[in-house]
Amino acid sequence: MLEVGLPHYLSVAAILFTLGIFGIFLNRKNVIVILMSIELMLLAVNINLVAFSAFQNNLTGQIFALFVLTVAAAEAAIGLAIVVVYYRNKGSIAVDDIHAMKG
Amino acid sequence: MEGTDLFFYLFSALVILSGLMVVSARNPVHAVMFLIFAFINAAGIFLLLGAEFLAMTLVIVYVGAVAVLFLFVVMMLDIDFAEMRAGYMKYFPIGALIGFAVLAELIALFGAWKTKSGLNVVKAPMDPELAALTNTEALGRVLFTEYVFYFEAVGIILLTAMIGAIILTHRKNDRARRQNIADQVARTPEMSIEIRKVETGKGI
Repeated sequence: MLEVGLPHYLSVAAILFTLGIFGIFLNRKNVIVILMSIELMLLAVNINLVAFSAFQNNLTGQIFALFVLTVAAAEAAIGLAIVVVYYRNKGSIAVDDIHAMKG
Repeated sequence: MEGTDLFFYLFSALVILSGLMVVSARNPVHAVMFLIFAFINAAGIFLLLGAEFLAMTLVIVYVGAVAVLFLFVVMMLDIDFAEMRAGYMKYFPIGALIGFAVLAELIALFGAWKTKSGLNVVKAPMDPELAALTNTEALGRVLFTEYVFYFEAVGIILLTAMIGAIILTHRKNDRARRQNIADQVARTPEMSIEIRKVETGKGI
């Protein structure tokens, strides 16, 4: 139980991923905290990839973790830019107020 | 129990605790700080796994760029966060329910999961050519040979993100004084200097 192996790393990643999902539901009105929760979920995925990579001695997992990292950075930049523009136009970023595109 | 195991439990406990604080912090600035702390501890976990390059990239890219970007946006926008937390407890049961459902599914998956060789005991042999190198060098060897097209695609994604963010947030500022090259080129000597004949002993 105490000897650390692959299941331990996967469990940490699973708990972190669950926390991300929980955060999205808990902070349903605050788009910035939702973006932070998505970052947590991507971090959990990265821990999974690196753990499998280390335990299989195969570097492909770390390469893909690197790609996830860059895509997460791009996603955060675009998401926050959209938040800033939306705040400039509407004066609010409450998720409930964002319904201009509702059909 | 080895020392590295102890560090694993320390880092994972801290990463989970700070993740919990990210989603439940009352003040979003504190949430960003806990996000930074979670990233640093995740970098520690990466170090334990032997992924030194990724650990350092995590610190540089996430803590240095992404988390600071979050901090900028949180501080720049004047938002009443207290109002946003209204109805916070209303979403708690459904969030907890779905969270526990996902966690239970993942645990059930790991519990039932068996590998033929016992993946956590027997490690697959590494390519002997790569095994002799440091993590960063081995990663570079693989990244720039087998995955070079993916690498370039990621570069294009980052370029697109940069252009998109600039186009979205850029505003034309009327107060800023900019260079007008056509005006500068069209200037003649008559527009800028005047020649006066000064009589001796009188001055202008």
